[in-house]
Amino acid sequence: MAEQEKQHRVPAEPSARDVEEVGANSAAVEQADELKDQIDGLLDEIDEVLESNAEEFVKSYIQKGGE
Amino acid sequence: MDHAHPELSIPECADARAAVRWDRAAEMILVDSMEAADEILPDGQELVVYKNNSDGKGNSYGCHENYLMDRSTPFGRIVQHATTHLVTRQVFTGAGKVGCEAPGLDRMAVPFQLTQRADFFEEEVGLETTLKRPIINTRDEPHADPLRYRRLHVIVGDANLCEVATLLKLGTTAIVLAMVEDGTLDDGVSLADPVQALQRVSWDTGLSAPLLLEDGRTATALDLQWELLESAQKYLLEQGDEMVGGAVAGEVVGRWEGVLTALESSPSELFGVVDWVTKRSLLDGYRERHGLEAEDVRLAAMDLQYHDLRPGRSLFARVGAERVVDLDDVARAVEDPPADTRAYFRGRCLQRWPDRVVAANWDSMVFDTGDDTLRRVPMMEPTRGTSDHVGTLLDECDTVAELLDRLSENPMAGLDD
Repeated sequence: MAEQEKQHRVPAEPSARDVEEVGANSAAVEQADELKDQIDGLLDEIDEVLESNAEEFVKSYIQKGGE
Repeated sequence: MDHAHPELSIPECADARAAVRWDRAAEMILVDSMEAADEILPDGQELVVYKNNSDGKGNSYGCHENYLMDRSTPFGRIVQHATTHLVTRQVFTGAGKVGCEAPGLDRMAVPFQLTQRADFFEEEVGLETTLKRPIINTRDEPHADPLRYRRLHVIVGDANLCEVATLLKLGTTAIVLAMVEDGTLDDGVSLADPVQALQRVSWDTGLSAPLLLEDGRTATALDLQWELLESAQKYLLEQGDEMVGGAVAGEVVGRWEGVLTALESSPSELFGVVDWVTKRSLLDGYRERHGLEAEDVRLAAMDLQYHDLRPGRSLFARVGAERVVDLDDVARAVEDPPADTRAYFRGRCLQRWPDRVVAANWDSMVFDTGDDTLRRVPMMEPTRGTSDHVGTLLDECDTVAELLDRLSENPMAGLDD
């Protein structure tokens, strides 16, 4: 039983695994569009909050000492 | 303070959902602390806390997980099977990072990778935490009865901002470790070279890199995660959820399956669920919009700012990430201890008699009752001292002296077995 499951997930040939082709259905496309709009909206705001001098900010961000 | 950074720990939690709740409460404490510090700092100075694990310049600091395990579990078994999970869980635990910090490699050799930490690990097993870091750390102070328990100190994970990622990081690992204890993974595969595999998985945003197994076959991190998930589903069906956090384990396994499915078919759906996906979506969008090169310093700045805990500055805070815990519950957890571990006894004592507590350790408390001698109360059993065990007792006592008298009259009242 365990052996069968192993065979299913870790095939001897990496390419032997079942791949289900999923076409772009409308719900998925809609969801992707929604996500893109959301990220676009965020990017509009990001310029306002981003550290004004990225170069200086990144340069001065240094950790001294480990955990 | 630990070395040069603030370090914070949450109390003992009995399940992954509680751990998320107290982790978020810890963030709230840090936000309050930053604001309090700013009131006393000179103008123009500000204290800022970032919840990340690398400065992008080759320096790393950990996010440590600790799991209470049965002492009788053979350590070799933990090494073999916990390692497989710790290496492959990166596909959903990674907080994402711009660039590569592995010794000897150019920063842009890996423009973006899944995790903050993978570049810093050089050993499979060892005691170190700051150099020659091992995937399995052997530090073993259980802060509990050492004959019954071991503490597995996991240093290889990233700090997560996404609540779902924190839930899965802790919840899946707890289930895997329960399976390791019970020996149900003993027929599972093991990685031929875990250290190399750790970096390989982290550097592979396409999630398709084959990892060499000890038996000569190969599998991807997702293949191995599916295999662990199937074992976990079977384990819960056969063994129940008592040893893995109760009903929360069912939620963990359900989300685990959902996340693996999405990672396989369309990872971008995990925006607000998995940190590396969330961060990468923001970076990619910004880069395309402004036509930036991968090495543009603004992308490195965004990477850091994703982890900025100031609510007004945090890029993560704008994402509208999926929540696992209710915000009111989180706010209460700033003050209140978990009810179902010994943290309850410790936290309630601190709430009720803060001036009488001389020391609050993991496995003991020391009280000053006003007498000549201080009194120490051992708490060697992490599952005792809960609300069920000592809630009534704490409610009934007016003074700490009364509490200690009643505890010594009946030492088995709730803190020890």
